[in-house]
Amino acid sequence: MSALARWPLGGAAFAAVAVLLAIVPLTAPPFWVTLGNYIGLYSIVALGLVLLTGIAGQTSFGQAAFVGIGAYTTAYLTTRFGTSGWLTLPIGFAITFAVALFLGFITLRMRGHYLPLATIAWGISLYFLFGNLDFLGGYTGLTGIPPLSLPGFELKQERQFFYLIWAIALCALWATDNLLDSRPGRAIRALKGGLEMAEAFGVDAARLKVIVFVYAALLACVSGWLYAHLQRFVNPSPFGINQGIEYLFMAVVGGAGSVWGAVVGATLITLLKQWLQDLLPRILGRAGNFEIVVFGVLMILVLQRARDGVWPWLARFLPRRAPPAVREAQELPARAKTARQGPLLEIDRARKEFGGLVAVNDLSFEVRPGEILGLIGPNGAGKSTMFNLIGGALALTSGDVRFRGESIAALQPYEIARFGIGRTFQHVKLIGSMSVLDNVALGAFLRGKAGVARAALRLDRAEEARTKAAAAHQIARCGLDAHTFDPAGSLALGLQRIVEIARALVADPQLLLLDEPAAGLRYQEKQDLAALLRGLRRQGMTILLVEHDMDFVMGLTDRLVVMDFGEKLAEGLPAEIQANPLVVEAYLGGVA
Amino acid sequence: MNLTIAALLAQDGITNGAIYALLALALVMVFAVTRVIWVPSGEFVAYGTLTLAALQLGKPPGTVGLLVGMAIIAGVIEGWSCVAIGQARQLPRRLLMWTVLPLAIAGLVQWLAPLHLPFPVQIALTLAAVTAMGPLLYRIVYQPVAEASVLVLLIVSVAVHFVLTGLGLWFFGAEGSRTPPFSAGSFQLGDLTVSAQSLLVVVTSVLLIFGLYILFGHTLYGKALRATAVNRVGARLVGISPNLAGSLTFTLATLLCAFSGVLIGPITTIYYDSGFFVSLKGFVGAIIGGLASYPLAAAGALLVGLLESFSSFWASAFKEVIVFTLIIPVLLWRSFASRHHEEEE
Repeated sequence: MSALARWPLGGAAFAAVAVLLAIVPLTAPPFWVTLGNYIGLYSIVALGLVLLTGIAGQTSFGQAAFVGIGAYTTAYLTTRFGTSGWLTLPIGFAITFAVALFLGFITLRMRGHYLPLATIAWGISLYFLFGNLDFLGGYTGLTGIPPLSLPGFELKQERQFFYLIWAIALCALWATDNLLDSRPGRAIRALKGGLEMAEAFGVDAARLKVIVFVYAALLACVSGWLYAHLQRFVNPSPFGINQGIEYLFMAVVGGAGSVWGAVVGATLITLLKQWLQDLLPRILGRAGNFEIVVFGVLMILVLQRARDGVWPWLARFLPRRAPPAVREAQELPARAKTARQGPLLEIDRARKEFGGLVAVNDLSFEVRPGEILGLIGPNGAGKSTMFNLIGGALALTSGDVRFRGESIAALQPYEIARFGIGRTFQHVKLIGSMSVLDNVALGAFLRGKAGVARAALRLDRAEEARTKAAAAHQIARCGLDAHTFDPAGSLALGLQRIVEIARALVADPQLLLLDEPAAGLRYQEKQDLAALLRGLRRQGMTILLVEHDMDFVMGLTDRLVVMDFGEKLAEGLPAEIQANPLVVEAYLGGVA
Repeated sequence: MNLTIAALLAQDGITNGAIYALLALALVMVFAVTRVIWVPSGEFVAYGTLTLAALQLGKPPGTVGLLVGMAIIAGVIEGWSCVAIGQARQLPRRLLMWTVLPLAIAGLVQWLAPLHLPFPVQIALTLAAVTAMGPLLYRIVYQPVAEASVLVLLIVSVAVHFVLTGLGLWFFGAEGSRTPPFSAGSFQLGDLTVSAQSLLVVVTSVLLIFGLYILFGHTLYGKALRATAVNRVGARLVGISPNLAGSLTFTLATLLCAFSGVLIGPITTIYYDSGFFVSLKGFVGAIIGGLASYPLAAAGALLVGLLESFSSFWASAFKEVIVFTLIIPVLLWRSFASRHHEEEE
């Protein structure tokens, strides 16, 4: 899925869909209005799952339970205490928020599959809880829920309710679409497949995952609140685990990578279910819940054959928008550049053991302001491990790493990023489906402030323009302007490495950590890269470079540290290192 | 509650827990080798009980129809893939394995079903018929997506659960079944009456668990399976076929599930859709073991069994709520016990 395919529809599309929907209740027969209501309700839930599953790479089978919380909260409060239906929505939100926050907090810090398992268990628990609590009416549920009312007007008819449901659904779609095209949105899109990279640019991934989960849960809660006032009664059955699974099917079948996939999926599954429930008993000659076989098979085929779902296929038939040009904008706030005596980065007897293997053995060296220091050594010398110890991706066994005199050894990668340390990766980590511009803009994560709410309501546009301008500036500086709007995955490997450097630069770092930037580059590309790095040094940037291409390193660096078997073999000026017999032996083997 | 009741509940809990433990082990094993979170394991438990119940009545079990259908689909997929990669010469061998063999098992069960053979033979037939579905399921559903992320594999599993539940209703009908106990005897242990059935369940489970422990921890074969779990490409490079490892694991795991079904049959009435909750209780156990440790998973499953048995005494309406909510404190504990862990997909 290219970055362009993600946004084939703009404001015009929302308007067109809105007009289309406005006509439905006026013209369609009641049966279709009812169906339209359900599609709207399901779309809202599926939308949350699109964000959670398709984009953030997490999942939940328990969304039906959050729908249940929304429905039961309003059902109980309106029937028992006569609370206004409009007031119960925020109360439902509060309960959902607390539950989702708790579930997310305990599961999302761990590997991906604990959240879905927890949501299965919690979905089942809540279903039985609804069914066994007397004050919620047990399995018969609660009846007599009052209709929602506006001054002098009650929303009693399905046709009237249609407008409310779809107004909320469209708002949710619009807000989520906005969110994806923003500072937090870029970080969310990086969670799936680029988590380590996102953390290196200051994204607190665990926290962001919880936010996305809560967002999806709140959408489910709205749907439940609407459902209760549409049906005017609730019982536990629509909030069970099977419905939770069907919601996920909607998101996956529709296309879990796009907000419109939610609507497409909800429509397809709802219509298919309606049709199958008519058809199957007639074919099979007996009644039963047989449509789940068809859903299951459909789901398996989609995941085997077309994992992006139906939407990307549909989107090919829709007109595409050209990406908006990047306009000049005021610069993002820059880091205060204070001169400081002494080393910028100090590695003090750093040690890393993997079981019995000592990968880095009490290594010490320092990086001085304004220099390019090369960390070199044969394959397996422990260079990349040392690099990951600095960036926080690995924890030190013992020793210390200090940046401007302050220890960063115990910090998480996203905390280290705040010190102004930008990095690239040995194995390129770009989000292939996002444009080069969006990938680079992710690097500016810490220079922006916009959160989920501001992004969803489109209040972040000024900051966003500045971010895009800053990203475009770095792209141009690295000579990639021709590729600004190309999906990053379509670039040759050498160019992708340069994109990584641009992304690190837009973070406005004080120290740049480059992990084998010249690997896979052609001769001319290496020359260009060296020129770029020299230019950066002239402007006062400090660079630590891990490399094993000797020619590249010798002409570029100010000093070299040579590693072998996890220890420091030598340190000095490039010419000294070249003449050092120990280094020659490590690289070329001993004299036989 | 007095001591006698407590002892009785404990005995119930341990018996159920032993069965959940078998499932928990099957789940840990499948996850370790294939990264599949095998939600539909419970359907095979139900199939096991229902197959044995049908054989008891001298009726051909619904398993036969399921097996025939899966064998034909697998045959078509194999035929297609052999032709697509231009290896038509391999086709007869593959068809023999993926279609003829399962069809032969189905035919055998169909033929022997009305004969009211001795109980051990019925059990053997049940295990053969249900277990044969395991590798077929892997071949048809999981092998084409074997490289996908854990998340995709999980969603596939849930879809398979839907399919197998629906098919279970079709092939076995909506009525529940119970099978007669293996042994009606009981003996006194101090004040406590221990049924031979309970003892049999516990002893069998313990033996199977020990067998698995030996297989995975101490044989080259088990280590090869574990290597596949860590790195599929690497395993392939050193000569382990991930597809073979996958189908073998599914065979073994399905055998465990079918066996659980045979063991649970005399204890509870099993319906076509009862398996889901049984497997989820196994999952709660497995999660206590972090989906990785066999002994912890077994201990966790035992805890689930005990909790279930005691909560059905105190608050039977909230039995399921209590058992499934147990996962929350467990996850809370695991969350704080493990350092922030990330997964690259």
